[in-house]
Amino acid sequence: MVQYLMSVLTDTPDLSTPAEQAAIDVFNEQLQADGYWVFAGGLASPGTATVVDGRDGEPVFTDGPYVESKEYLIGFWIVNAPDLDAALRLAAAGSKSCNRRVELRPFLAND
Amino acid sequence: MTDIDEAIARAHREEWARVVATLARRFGDLDIAEEMAAEAFAAAVERWPADGVPPNPGGWLTTTAHRKAIDRLRREVRRAEKHKEALMLSDTPEPLGAIDDDRLRLVFTCCHPALAMEVRVALTLRMVGGLTVPEIARAFLVQETAMGQRITRAKAKIKAARIPYRVPSRADLPARITGVLAVLFLIFNEGYLASDPDKGAVRGDLTAEAIRLARLICALMPADGEVAGLLALMLLTEARRAARVSASGELVALDEQDRGAWDRSRIAEGHALVRTRLAAGQAPGRYQILAAINAVHTDARDVRDTDWSQIVALYDQLVRLDPSPIVRLNRAIAVAELDGPEVALAQVDGLPLAGYHAFHATRASLLRRLGRSKESRAAYDRAIDLSGNTAETAYLIRRRDQLAGP
Repeated sequence: MVQYLMSVLTDTPDLSTPAEQAAIDVFNEQLQADGYWVFAGGLASPGTATVVDGRDGEPVFTDGPYVESKEYLIGFWIVNAPDLDAALRLAAAGSKSCNRRVELRPFLAND
Repeated sequence: MTDIDEAIARAHREEWARVVATLARRFGDLDIAEEMAAEAFAAAVERWPADGVPPNPGGWLTTTAHRKAIDRLRREVRRAEKHKEALMLSDTPEPLGAIDDDRLRLVFTCCHPALAMEVRVALTLRMVGGLTVPEIARAFLVQETAMGQRITRAKAKIKAARIPYRVPSRADLPARITGVLAVLFLIFNEGYLASDPDKGAVRGDLTAEAIRLARLICALMPADGEVAGLLALMLLTEARRAARVSASGELVALDEQDRGAWDRSRIAEGHALVRTRLAAGQAPGRYQILAAINAVHTDARDVRDTDWSQIVALYDQLVRLDPSPIVRLNRAIAVAELDGPEVALAQVDGLPLAGYHAFHATRASLLRRLGRSKESRAAYDRAIDLSGNTAETAYLIRRRDQLAGP
């Protein structure tokens, strides 16, 4: 089993609609029932971010996201899947449920 | 070429994919599979001239590659002290019969939809076709280092993202086969009609490679009609290659080709495949329909003998599967022969293909036949601007310059 990060991308500040939220709930329950679920969450808008650089002496805080872009991360799932084909199916279903594009990326294997 | 050289070249053609595929499954690593296969062939070049060609070259190569892989992994294991992996390795030979499936697994992995199309093409030519990185780089006019990186990145993604090494499940299979065929067709077309003016009109190495790969997949999946359809389509297209470009490097249109220069054995093979598909009685997919259209063309001894009503009927079938403007453009070209250029032009004019050279070339030709020289000339000009192929440009310029004065 490999863990994958499914990042939800959006280009509007609108929150998910009640219909989208209901579909996400159904998808989440299915992930849990099928044993793929690890973790998931929605994020506040990029404007609420703070970039922190603690590498050298006093930490430096910078207001805002590390990169401004039209499309940004608004939420994510972490799933356990046997291979990319399985993960692609989950990502497709996840994308459909939240009605947004999803970027699928494997975690580094630790073996 | 000596007998030994020939035996090595033949082994490379016939056994490369098998060796890579078997190793990829045994070791779960495309990098090791590719490198050790290359080392095994290097060993053959060194040893066969002295020891003679082994009775089973494929077996010799697989065993040699397997041993080299184990040696390398043991060295790495010793270095990294990973005893776990060493325990998993064994010298036991694989049962026969699983091997063909390995090659299919390899094909589906290289053509995985999570890889970019250009990456699939490069990986398939390297892993399944056994072309070297410099050969692939030359064929696509890409720097060797860039092509090497493309393939290295692809292998890294396959490993890190766990692209599975298996034939897709029944539910996914039709879509995935379509993806594999798209890769082969792209390789073929890249060879057949190079889009870059510097590459020369026809690169037979790529068309030959695409046909070889299609034959392999056809042998591995004999029940799939579209695989056979694509192979037939490639054979019937390739059969006309010699007649398609003149001695002066100009494209020769179908109606002007010397049909005596067509390759009869390829045409016979293509026709046989089309007949087998017709006899199967299943609804044909797009490659089978395209193959059937080409079968009608290659059946005619003279362009005037062409059964245009049959061709239009086949295009009607194709439009139902794929109503794209390009398919409708090609249908209209056949309609021109059946119902005349005026009917065809009315169908062509509405198509949203203003950026496509063949759209303007078709209009130019129809307008010429209708005696509308001025409009025809403008359409030829547009087609010439958009065409990237030297042979085709030469043809269009000649046709334009034959037009009566404005």
